[in-house]
Amino acid sequence: MEFKHKDIIALRDLSKEEIELLLATAESMRQINSRDIKKVPTLRGKTIINLFYESSTRTRTSFEIAGKRLSADTVNITPSSSSATKGETLADTALNLLAMKPDIIVMRHAVSGSHYFLSSKMPGCSIINAGDGTHEHPSQGLLDMLTIRDRFGRLDGLKVAIVGDITHSRVARSNIQGLTKMGSQIYLAGPPTMMPPGVERLGNVTVCATMQEAIQDADVVMMLRIQQERQGKTLMPNAREYSRYFGLNPQNLKLAKPDAMVMHPGPINRGVEMSSYVVDGDQSHILKQVENGVAVRMAMLYHVCGGELE
Amino acid sequence: MAGEKTVIMDNSGIKRAITRISHEILERNKGLTDVVLIGIRSGGALLAEEIGRVAEVIEGVKAPVGAVDITLYRDDVSGHLPHHAVGKTDIPFSLDGKRVVLVDDVLFTGRTIRAAMDAMMDHGRPACVQLAVLIDRGHRELPIRADFVGRNVPTSIKENVAVLFDDKNQPVEVVLEK
Repeated sequence: MEFKHKDIIALRDLSKEEIELLLATAESMRQINSRDIKKVPTLRGKTIINLFYESSTRTRTSFEIAGKRLSADTVNITPSSSSATKGETLADTALNLLAMKPDIIVMRHAVSGSHYFLSSKMPGCSIINAGDGTHEHPSQGLLDMLTIRDRFGRLDGLKVAIVGDITHSRVARSNIQGLTKMGSQIYLAGPPTMMPPGVERLGNVTVCATMQEAIQDADVVMMLRIQQERQGKTLMPNAREYSRYFGLNPQNLKLAKPDAMVMHPGPINRGVEMSSYVVDGDQSHILKQVENGVAVRMAMLYHVCGGELE
Repeated sequence: MAGEKTVIMDNSGIKRAITRISHEILERNKGLTDVVLIGIRSGGALLAEEIGRVAEVIEGVKAPVGAVDITLYRDDVSGHLPHHAVGKTDIPFSLDGKRVVLVDDVLFTGRTIRAAMDAMMDHGRPACVQLAVLIDRGHRELPIRADFVGRNVPTSIKENVAVLFDDKNQPVEVVLEK
């Protein structure tokens, strides 16, 4: 099995075998993160630019650590410190960065699909999507799959409930794309104002009327953050009402299987989509997700460097 | 001729070589105190297990056996990395102050051994490192030599030497492919 992509922009573009290869490599990378000398010389001499037009703690730090552990040189660009505030277009930024000969650009951008545009402007440079608008967040999808597989040893046949603001969630889309390819069954729940019409067409996906229906007998309960920054004001009355109907608490978690795992991509609004009892409870795998994030991103950086130009 | 195969060491030959190498390791290190065996994936790791078993029969003590995957330490990745998955490095013990015997199936250019030594050094500081190989086929490109050799086989640089294993991971034979 070989990985032949120059870019990783969406899990939709990857085959089941390619996802399995990335997860297998991530498992091997994990060993590096637990030893005393957390560095291998693999990407020595490669330059990685982390271009983040939206704020991020976990993803940016995780990509930066992943690059450094593979011995690449990493540079971070954030909106406040970049020429974007002076009105430079993405196309001009791309051409200017290209002139500095980076090997990989990891970008987060508010516009869905902007990575395909960036890739068309930057031949010879690999593009990794760290989140684009409401489209995809492939590294989060992969690290979620790795975390689930660690727990159950498989992905096929699992019932995965995804609850919250599906419309605005790139995490949900990447997980739906990835998990349905791996044979999981997806059950979605959320306020009707936050449920994209036609989402069933993405594959093995069932839209549930209530949260209870979605998490009934689920193996995995994945909660999403309410994205105040992307929503208008009219999608939900208030946080308390949302929490009452779509918040995960110890009572409704009992509907899921006894050994069900609880996940959240972070950052968490405690008391809104999840009660603190669940966040800090035994079934929570939230910090395990973050830990796996570094290994998964190392695998992504490693494999795009080996990819042939498309 | 492409695809022509000659068996240069049969099953009993391999067994005798491993037994001799095991004896030599014991003799050089005066037993198995502080000795650890580290095999290079994939062939060397299987041979390291085998040497560990034979040495245990002779000496009555079991040396720890680990495995190292060198994919991330290769020196030929500057342009394009290998696409395949990275194997697991499995060294569940400290190498500090240990007498490490590195095991590989075929010694050729020496670049694999260089990568394996780099990988190993990231796991600790051994007291010394010795190298055991089943076949030394020459054509070294780095100043590296083996301490324990099963057999020296003069080869042409175009030929390929492979140690074949069965589905139980037991060495079967060594073939020379022209």
